[in-house]
Amino acid sequence: MYDFNHLYEPASAAEAVEMMQAHPKAKIIAGGSDLLVQLRDGINAGCDFISIYMIDELRGISIDAEKNIRIGALTSFSKITKNKIIQENVPVLGEAADTVGGPQIRNIGTIGGNICNGHTGADTAGTLFALDAMVELTGPDGKEIIPIAQFYKSTGGVDLKPAQLLTAVIIPEKCYTGYVGCYYKYAARNAMDVDIVGCSVNVRLSEDKTVIEDVRAAFGVVGPNPVRVILAENKIRGSRVYPELAGIFADAAVEEIHPRTDFRGTKEFRLHMAHEIVKRMFTEAVKKAGGDI
Amino acid sequence: MNVGQSCNRVDAFEKATGRAKYEADLVDRSALVAKICHSTIAHGKVKSFDLSEAEKIDGVVKIITCFDVPKNYFPTSGHPYSLDPNHQDIADRLLLEEHVRYYGDDIAVVIARDELTAKKAVRAIKVEYEEYPFVLDPLEAIKEGAPQVQENFPGNILAHTSTSGGDYEEAIKEPGLLCVDKWYETPIVQHAHIENHGCYAYMEKDRIVVVSSTQIPHIVQRIVGQALNCPWGKIRIIKPYVGGGFGGKQDALYEPLCAYLTTQVGGRKVHIEMTREETFWSNRVRHAFKYHLVTWFRKDGTFVARKMEAYSRQGGYASHGHTIAVKGAGAFNQIYKSDAFKTEAYTVYTNTTAAGAMRGYGMPQFTFATECHTDDIAAVLHMDPVEIRRKNMMEVGFKDNFSGNVNYFPSHEQCMKKAMDYIHWDEKRKLYANQTGPVRRGIGMAIFWYNTGGYPFVLELSSCRMILNQDGTIQVQVAETEIGQGADTAFSQMAADAVGLPMESVHVVTVQDTDITPFGFGAYASRQTYMAGKAIWKTGRMFREKLLDYASFLLKQPAETMDIIDGIVVNSDSHEELMTMQELAVTAFYNPDRAEQITAESTNQCKSNAYSFGCCFAEVEVDIPLCKVKILDMVNVHDCGRLINPALARAQVHGGMSMAIGFGLSEQLIYDPKTGRPVNGNLLDYKISTTMDHPHLEAQFVENPEPTHPFGTKALGEPPTCPGAAALRNAIYNATGVAFDEAPVNAHTMFKKFSETGLFEEVEHNV
Repeated sequence: MYDFNHLYEPASAAEAVEMMQAHPKAKIIAGGSDLLVQLRDGINAGCDFISIYMIDELRGISIDAEKNIRIGALTSFSKITKNKIIQENVPVLGEAADTVGGPQIRNIGTIGGNICNGHTGADTAGTLFALDAMVELTGPDGKEIIPIAQFYKSTGGVDLKPAQLLTAVIIPEKCYTGYVGCYYKYAARNAMDVDIVGCSVNVRLSEDKTVIEDVRAAFGVVGPNPVRVILAENKIRGSRVYPELAGIFADAAVEEIHPRTDFRGTKEFRLHMAHEIVKRMFTEAVKKAGGDI
Repeated sequence: MNVGQSCNRVDAFEKATGRAKYEADLVDRSALVAKICHSTIAHGKVKSFDLSEAEKIDGVVKIITCFDVPKNYFPTSGHPYSLDPNHQDIADRLLLEEHVRYYGDDIAVVIARDELTAKKAVRAIKVEYEEYPFVLDPLEAIKEGAPQVQENFPGNILAHTSTSGGDYEEAIKEPGLLCVDKWYETPIVQHAHIENHGCYAYMEKDRIVVVSSTQIPHIVQRIVGQALNCPWGKIRIIKPYVGGGFGGKQDALYEPLCAYLTTQVGGRKVHIEMTREETFWSNRVRHAFKYHLVTWFRKDGTFVARKMEAYSRQGGYASHGHTIAVKGAGAFNQIYKSDAFKTEAYTVYTNTTAAGAMRGYGMPQFTFATECHTDDIAAVLHMDPVEIRRKNMMEVGFKDNFSGNVNYFPSHEQCMKKAMDYIHWDEKRKLYANQTGPVRRGIGMAIFWYNTGGYPFVLELSSCRMILNQDGTIQVQVAETEIGQGADTAFSQMAADAVGLPMESVHVVTVQDTDITPFGFGAYASRQTYMAGKAIWKTGRMFREKLLDYASFLLKQPAETMDIIDGIVVNSDSHEELMTMQELAVTAFYNPDRAEQITAESTNQCKSNAYSFGCCFAEVEVDIPLCKVKILDMVNVHDCGRLINPALARAQVHGGMSMAIGFGLSEQLIYDPKTGRPVNGNLLDYKISTTMDHPHLEAQFVENPEPTHPFGTKALGEPPTCPGAAALRNAIYNATGVAFDEAPVNAHTMFKKFSETGLFEEVEHNV
């Protein structure tokens, strides 16, 4: 038994926005894999829910004429992993989605929920940062599309305005074409776990595979939000590919992160692992892209 | 013959289809729901409650606090009762506690019409405490001036025992001896059985019925009687299907409280069901240990003198208490021989969750310490770990005069040989000798000591009843409980063979009901197959005699000339078929001259024990910079006597190996040193290994028939849990050259040690 007061079930995004305006204190619930666990512990006990889970228009993955990819906010992790568009164009996102929890969680949990939950260690969020993805927000004033990094508050968590709903994640063509991505979830076990630190790296090499034309790397659980390491990226962008480059990139990357100590890991532990996994993911991405490193 | 066959589990269909009814499936909607208010401090006194908000909530029936309950101190441990007051379990528990002894202690309870209401009311209870300083560590707790956890145990020492043999001080004077002197530590872990404990109670006439997810119905009956200070016969315990226990339910958990609560609401049904989090905070855990081991040995690897100090972390209440520490102390001078030895074992109260029985009962902890230690000695001598064990381990013919156990067979040698062949020990020890890269492989092993059942520490008996049905099938009842381990199937096989029936003619009654089931003690101490097996054999032979006697009456032929084979009465010599059991039964029930229901019942008091030995070998790959261990292969080999059901035996071993992987590499209940609060008491943060973390688990056996048992069998329930953690640690040692002295060897401990030893730099440099 769950301790909530009322469940509203809109049939469309527009209706959901209306209901959110009518019930400003109500919580949006999608798959419920976070909220229902919290509710069981008494967090938000007695609240009203607006369940968007029945809104099928928010499900599915499509690609438009310009090859921009649109992922409906309610698309489950397992659907993302198994989707052809994702597998052919941004396999790294499918791989990251496949590291969430276990099979049941990946069937019920959604990418929109993963982001809106606002957790720094959300497996898809770090990868979306490293992809420079956009989020589509629908509210009383219509739709807006903003970069995912702008969607986060500096103190942690996402910046949803009143009656606003995350309706889709968009990965623009220019953000993935020519890039190769790798994601590593550092956790205590190989399933049913959360990140102690996570890292996603995207690399684009020159045609002859000798120069880093572009690199984007993001970490989870090294600060209140997923974080890009812009200075480190700038440092090696345009560099030729050579064996020591991964170490140089990793050294620079960890300068930009500020992990904390908690019972899941100390600051020193996280810094060490962040360094090691960004080095490995960078190396792997360059290798996959055909570079000699 | 049914024994020795991999028959399907008798409960497979019920469990696979969901038809098997567990405690929570049986409670009906009329039941009130009780939720416990747990303390939010680690140590102190409850000064007062403000119940005003909680009582206002619609649907709250009654709130009972620690100030309301009777002051009958009772023990909770699932040991058989002892007539000797000095040998009885420590009675230090009340239904609800005013003196809070750990974070999560039970201080009040809400009875409400449903779970949500009860939870809401618990959240609305305001508690005023007088806070005391608390102590989490046993070595801190025995220091002078440490906080007192239990009033009657000054210095927090629940018990201290010593043993010795030979002259230690004299023995170590031998010239040229080497010495390894080290501390080893094991964590608090939890059973994490699939079905959380739950129970419901109601009154029937003037008696109290408790339906409980327990391993020990007859023992719980006695404890509830003690807790309520009423005649034990007023209590009736019913045990339905149980979804695992691992020792966590070898304790009276909430049955006494639940029984009391029904008396407070006019006998209405009251249900208490644990959440997973509560099982971590306030059920039972495994005793964490600190061991100080000293071994003096010759250059040829033979042990001369050995010393052990053990500090067992009891938590806030006695539960199984000192028996866990004593078990390891008893094994110390048996598993390895030496000229002299000394042990000191302390069990120490701390402000942590009460530790009780858990699969292995002290031996996983002890085995971790001694088997790490043995590899540490081997390393000093650059000796093969198998070789040093061969030089020192218990010899064939050894007899323990206390238990009467005899080491009849070279079980350890046979088991090690099988494991070495399987895992290619010699080849891989050589292959992994000089590695330098960031990813290294290693191979390690451990042996263990175990025994079967509780004799002579506690009384051992088992009773069995067999009843003939009208169609020639039989019901079999024993008090030993099926809790997921497959006991009912093993019982069916043994009963079938004892009487001479096919398996499908034997119905073992899976529900234990103290009003109906013959007396016995339940599931613990790897005793079921051994103890119930003896009672089943004894009763089965009586029952068979009665059947043959009736056949003799019908067939006018002496009973001695007949036999029962596969459900048919035959001539002993010719095996000519004389009569089916079905014919015999229906005639017996309805014969106008001699009508009777043929039954047999007997109790078998068991005054023997049996060694159960074996080993674990493991191969790992360590990614040093990532501090990650991948288990490549793992094999347990056991000599548990004759296998009753090989498929079920392998399943037992797989489960035990899985628990050993968690114990060795990841599981650990962590307490916040600032507040005493368990910070990871949930299945996300308490790291049980998943199937994705397991290699193929290989289970093999050596089948030396146990002479003290009619079916030649002995313990297998707990032994598989014992050697794995040390084997993994020793494999990691082999891979990295770093000896970890603390379980679990997880990424955090590796990070610390690899930093200290400079292994990260070494790896970096080599790359």
